[in-house]
Amino acid sequence: MLKSNSIQFTYDGEKKFKFPDLNINSGESLLVLGESGVGKTTFIQILAGLLKPSSGSLELNSINYSSLSSKKIDEFRGKNIGMIFQNPHFVRNISIIENLLLSLHLSNQKLDKEYAEDILSQIGLVEKMNNLPDELSQGEQQRAAIALAVIKNPDLILADEPTSSLDDTNCQKIISLLKEQSASKNAKLIIITHDNRLKSQFKKSIIL
Amino acid sequence: MNINKLSWRNITSSPLNTFLSLLLMTFGVGIISLLLLLNNQIKDQLNNNLRGIDMVVGAKGSPLQLILSSVYHVDNPTGNIPYLETLKLEKNPLVDLTVPLSYGDSYNGFRIVGTTKQYLKLYNTDLQEGKIWKNSMEVVVGSTVAKVNDLKLGDKFYGTHGLSDGGHIHDNFSYVVVGILNQSNSIIDNLVLTNLESVWQVHDPQEHDCSSHDHHHHDHYHPYEITDQTMITAMLVKFKSPVGLIQLPRKINETTNLQAAVPTFEINRLTNLFGFGVQTINSIALIIIIVSGFSIFISLYNSLKRRRYELALIRVHGASRWQLVRLVILEGFILSVLGTIFGLLISRVALYIIPIFIKSTSIGNLSVGLINEELILIPISIIIGLLASLIPTIMAYNINIPKTLSDA
Repeated sequence: MLKSNSIQFTYDGEKKFKFPDLNINSGESLLVLGESGVGKTTFIQILAGLLKPSSGSLELNSINYSSLSSKKIDEFRGKNIGMIFQNPHFVRNISIIENLLLSLHLSNQKLDKEYAEDILSQIGLVEKMNNLPDELSQGEQQRAAIALAVIKNPDLILADEPTSSLDDTNCQKIISLLKEQSASKNAKLIIITHDNRLKSQFKKSIIL
Repeated sequence: MNINKLSWRNITSSPLNTFLSLLLMTFGVGIISLLLLLNNQIKDQLNNNLRGIDMVVGAKGSPLQLILSSVYHVDNPTGNIPYLETLKLEKNPLVDLTVPLSYGDSYNGFRIVGTTKQYLKLYNTDLQEGKIWKNSMEVVVGSTVAKVNDLKLGDKFYGTHGLSDGGHIHDNFSYVVVGILNQSNSIIDNLVLTNLESVWQVHDPQEHDCSSHDHHHHDHYHPYEITDQTMITAMLVKFKSPVGLIQLPRKINETTNLQAAVPTFEINRLTNLFGFGVQTINSIALIIIIVSGFSIFISLYNSLKRRRYELALIRVHGASRWQLVRLVILEGFILSVLGTIFGLLISRVALYIIPIFIKSTSIGNLSVGLINEELILIPISIIIGLLASLIPTIMAYNINIPKTLSDA
């Protein structure tokens, strides 16, 4: 269960954001829509524990973020939260499968190469697993980014504008993959976007 | 895949940057190490050949020249001195041992030295085969002389006047090899040794005249008559106590026509002279190492700027600040360690190659092991590598994840 309660965030004492309260169970997904400048990225970074809210409380599976030290929250995020960004990013000097294995290593999980290959075959990238990230097309990179987010079986998957730079076909593919993967891991999925194409795809949505 | 492997991948993924950093580090370390080794080698060689010789007596002239010619056999002699006068020195109570030397001829570039059996004792050298000379014109040759000229027992050869090829050949007196010495890694390996009388005979004008009439003259030996005119080139002296070192050289220089020189003084003077040159080159090489540090710094800094998002990403994946620190600092560390190792290897390879080019037989056994000064060089170059990665490391430690992620 992800639970947020009257979260607010202030940039430099001027810009003030108020975010809606969330209640999301495992296996559920939520679409958060909003135009630029309403604090979408800020919200997702707060949910990821990368930014500390100025007020309000946030907990994932009954663990309150504010009770964790900054070192513990890095660990916590590594283990429980998978992130997908608008522009997919990887460690450039190592292959796709090595990126997946590095992610497992950093979250202190077993380096299971078969498991990583399995995930890649589920998203249709197994034949590219030994390529460097730069050698993949943008659509492929976004799919690989999903693999990277889900490989460590996170409780919470946060996607920041995952489709805004993709064409309709790729957009459709990515969204189905995201839903599929988060369902198979029984994770909570939150997609934050201004991409109205996604509205029809999700039962639950809120507007920032 | 882990942090260490990732560090290594980052190094191998930019081969040109890596090559430049490694090249500079290798050259800097290599030059310093080579100079240290050569310096060490020369000092060893100088001291090894000294063999406790406290003083050298010879003709007036440059004391350094006297030492170089009589102890190291590299320079021309300063002149001749009367043998009878040097014999008086032998009776001085402060003197432990005297070795007269008479030289000036050579065989294929190797010096022929007339001396006594004391000389062999001084260098503590045993015969590999044959025996020590008994009569005039019998020679014992050093191991290098034998090897280079392919000399065997019973071989005969003529001496050449002067110390280089192309001088007058004393073709009326042939030397015969009666003994070959063991390798001693000292100057004696490069010498042809005989008794004093042989050298006197070869250069005696009367003998010359006789021989033109009687070609078989040198086949029968008779004791050489020592007169006031009998000359030697130098005399090596060992004292019984350090008191001799204080009294005798001064006494000889002030009261006789002879010159006394103290090898340790002269060698110190010499090493100080080239020590200055070595220091200058060392400073230049140290600058090269520092430049390589800059090269490591610049390539790390640039690649980190390019990869800032990557570092933030790794943090999002759960890496701690210290794991990022390790990632960056390992790159600098690996580069400087590799550069240092390559540098040390290259200096050793160079040390083997140089003697081949300059055809020197005097550089003796080369040691591959690390010398003391290098034990200081190693941490210096590694610390420079670590310092180079300091700023990039701080950058990585302080990376602002939300900002970096939003900026991308």
